Amino acid sequence: MSVGIISYGAYVPKYRIKIEDIARVWGDDADILKSGLMVNEKAVPDVDEDAATIAVEAARAAVSRSGIDAQRIGAVYTGSESHPYAVKPTSTIVAEATGTTPVLTAADFEFACKAGTAAVQACMGLVSSGMIDLGMAIGADVSQGAPGDALEYTAAAGGVAYIIGNKESELVAVIEDTYSFTTDTPDFWRREGMPYPEHGGRFTGEPGYFKHVTGAAKGLMDKLGTKPEDYDYAVFHQPNGKFPVRVSKKLGFSREQIEPGLVVPRLGNTYSGSCMMGIAATLDQAKPGDRIFATAFGSGAGGDAFSITVTDRIEEIRNNAATVEELLANPIYIDYARYAKHKGKIKVA
Amino acid sequence: MSVPRFWRKQIARYNLVGTRCKKCNEYFYPPRNMCPGCRREGEIEDFKFTGKGEVITFTVIHTAAEGFENQTPYVLGIIKLNEGPSLTSQIICEPEEVKIGMKVKPVFRKLGQAGERGMIYYGTKFVPDLC
Amino acid sequence: MRDVAIIGVKNTNFGEQWDRSFRDVVVEAGVGAVEDAGVVGEKIDSMFVGNMSGGQFVEQEHIGALIADYSGLAKDMHVPSTRVEAACASGGLALRQGIYAVASGIDDIVIAAGAEKMTDVPSPKASSALAAAADREWEGIMGATFPGLYAMIARLHMHKYGTKSEQLAEVAVKNHHNGQFNPIAQYKSPLTVDSVLGSIMVADPLHIFDCSPITDGASAVVLAPADIAHEYTDTPIYVKATAQASDTIALHDRRDITTLDASVAAGKRAYEMAKMEPKDIDLVEVHDCFTIAEICAIEDLGFSKKGEGGIVSMNGETAIGGRIPVNTSGGLKSCGHPVGATGVKQAVEIVEQLRGESGKRQVDGAEIGMTHNVGGSGATAVVHILSRDR
Repeated sequence: MSVGIISYGAYVPKYRIKIEDIARVWGDDADILKSGLMVNEKAVPDVDEDAATIAVEAARAAVSRSGIDAQRIGAVYTGSESHPYAVKPTSTIVAEATGTTPVLTAADFEFACKAGTAAVQACMGLVSSGMIDLGMAIGADVSQGAPGDALEYTAAAGGVAYIIGNKESELVAVIEDTYSFTTDTPDFWRREGMPYPEHGGRFTGEPGYFKHVTGAAKGLMDKLGTKPEDYDYAVFHQPNGKFPVRVSKKLGFSREQIEPGLVVPRLGNTYSGSCMMGIAATLDQAKPGDRIFATAFGSGAGGDAFSITVTDRIEEIRNNAATVEELLANPIYIDYARYAKHKGKIKVA
Repeated sequence: MSVPRFWRKQIARYNLVGTRCKKCNEYFYPPRNMCPGCRREGEIEDFKFTGKGEVITFTVIHTAAEGFENQTPYVLGIIKLNEGPSLTSQIICEPEEVKIGMKVKPVFRKLGQAGERGMIYYGTKFVPDLC
Repeated sequence: MRDVAIIGVKNTNFGEQWDRSFRDVVVEAGVGAVEDAGVVGEKIDSMFVGNMSGGQFVEQEHIGALIADYSGLAKDMHVPSTRVEAACASGGLALRQGIYAVASGIDDIVIAAGAEKMTDVPSPKASSALAAAADREWEGIMGATFPGLYAMIARLHMHKYGTKSEQLAEVAVKNHHNGQFNPIAQYKSPLTVDSVLGSIMVADPLHIFDCSPITDGASAVVLAPADIAHEYTDTPIYVKATAQASDTIALHDRRDITTLDASVAAGKRAYEMAKMEPKDIDLVEVHDCFTIAEICAIEDLGFSKKGEGGIVSMNGETAIGGRIPVNTSGGLKSCGHPVGATGVKQAVEIVEQLRGESGKRQVDGAEIGMTHNVGGSGATAVVHILSRDR
């Protein structure tokens, strides 16, 4: 019996800051940064938005896109590295605000940028085993980057929710298989009580991102006996524009395959929402029968690869919620001072 | 606001659940447990509002209430829900954007927090409904 | 029911009284009123004290007993003393309770006082305490402030009736003009329309000079049965009406956001009780916590048509010498607004005017005056009509 996505919903705050505005504060060259990172601007949360509010907005969009009864959802898992509480689940807030309480299991996930896809895998398992009817997996972040740190140019805000089920008539995309590649590689971390993450600089590249994305992607294609050219689209975790472009080339995917899901230049890195946002943007335009290959990466480190085939039902529900393109359109640009206020970098009272 | 005091009305704040009097068909948000029109004869039941409504009046607050200092200037309005009742809420938009009669829809936002260590309060605010 | 008269009055200075405590100001007002009446302590049957938030402003509840104690009326005489609370209408309500006590025949000599000591806490804390007069669970939690609530009244008044910021400013200018002739006023400096419009915005469209200040102060009156009032004073002032009305605690639940229905209802009840009409009133002290509140009060009490309060204010009809002088004391705006005291202070002002003791701000030939005291954004209104003639 197949398992897959029966609905999805995305949310992006309406504020953006341009790379130029951040570079101006730290005396960096914006043009070099933009071409190096392949990021032009990033999404910034409002003063009253956090990972929980973003998760709720994405989850509500997913529920209303499919029109399902939220009470059918038996699991809510929210992946984030910026959960508003260190202890107290984000997922209970999401469950209450989407009307899925009280008969469900819920927990928060954390695995740097791939906590959301880990939640998708958990839901796949619960659905496939028959333990639950539907499961909701969310990746949402208001990513942190220390002022002046390289991360500040890309750490963005956004979230995506997927509802996982296994009723043929409800599936908009079948997940044929998933494959993970995990080692203990400390390329990025945030200690308890610390406001900003630390990272290993270039150590996040080869031993981190490339090793694990490649490991998971190759592993899945070997397992399924598929090749890059069997897929219409490909999505890779997007900490910047450069990494997914390079890894896709290395694996044998074309620029055309990754382009529809490459949202990072206008969005920034939404961490737990990053790869999932790319998949959502791809689902927004994929046709029935199209195949999507996706690999998320989380520092620490691991890769989760997915092989997905879109069904006829996508056409029926696609327009019932905002597309990623609609969420990215017409942003409000703010300067660094207002960005600092929105991100709580200015302490008031 | 204390944790139990907030939690008690959490569903109302998260999901715009108010009440309705079955007797006179009047809707209440914030929720009321006694119909002011029918009083003891009224029959109250829960009712979930769509959250669609319009701005009746508004202000742009420059001198914040305690706990809202990081948000100024913020737009506060009275919103009349399509089902009838009116409520007070922040309207998430630029100060120049808000107008009397503007259509709005609900969003899920942080309402506040009990300091750095305390509970974070979530609930419903409103944004312009451009559709 | 017996007729009631006011036989003694006293306001303390209003303002920032850094060197004086809550009990200092309230005792000064009480003693002053008793002296003015020529009453000895042993004659006092009971006390009613309006106080909004001793708990938040000075972390002191049980205000009634405290005041009786520090007035020397507790230890030996055990005079009953009751604290009355209705937010900013606490003072008006204390006066009303005192009138009840005398009118009922149970008590003869009664002190009605009001007091607030607001500057012992920082301004944000004071604003937060005042915000408790609105609906904490459904207004305050959303970031509503008192200026914000009245700003929403002002916005809609402008939208519906074409009221202008200049008209609001004119209210502040007029009240500051009157305040400079009031020795107890917090602000004795005149304002101009431009200086009001040029002051910082607190809650659009209300500027800081559209708002009443944070004030320390106390006021007291001595009440007696009308039949024996002349034993104490040559100029007793008679209570012709006492009226009170309630409305929804939250502004968003009102029938009409630009009308304080509680003011309308209390006004009507007062006119009926006194068998009078608006045209019979020579002057009125209204609750101008914000300039828009004075404009609404003028309309709601029948001194102008609905929507014309701004016009009436602009063309001088509410100035001293105008058709209906409003807030000769300087109002809450210029005289100051120690919230629990305000309702009693309004009565003191009217009594002094009717006695002809108001100096440069005297309304010539004043015979009948009204007070109008509001709690919250209009959930409580208290109206009194006072007269030289019984």
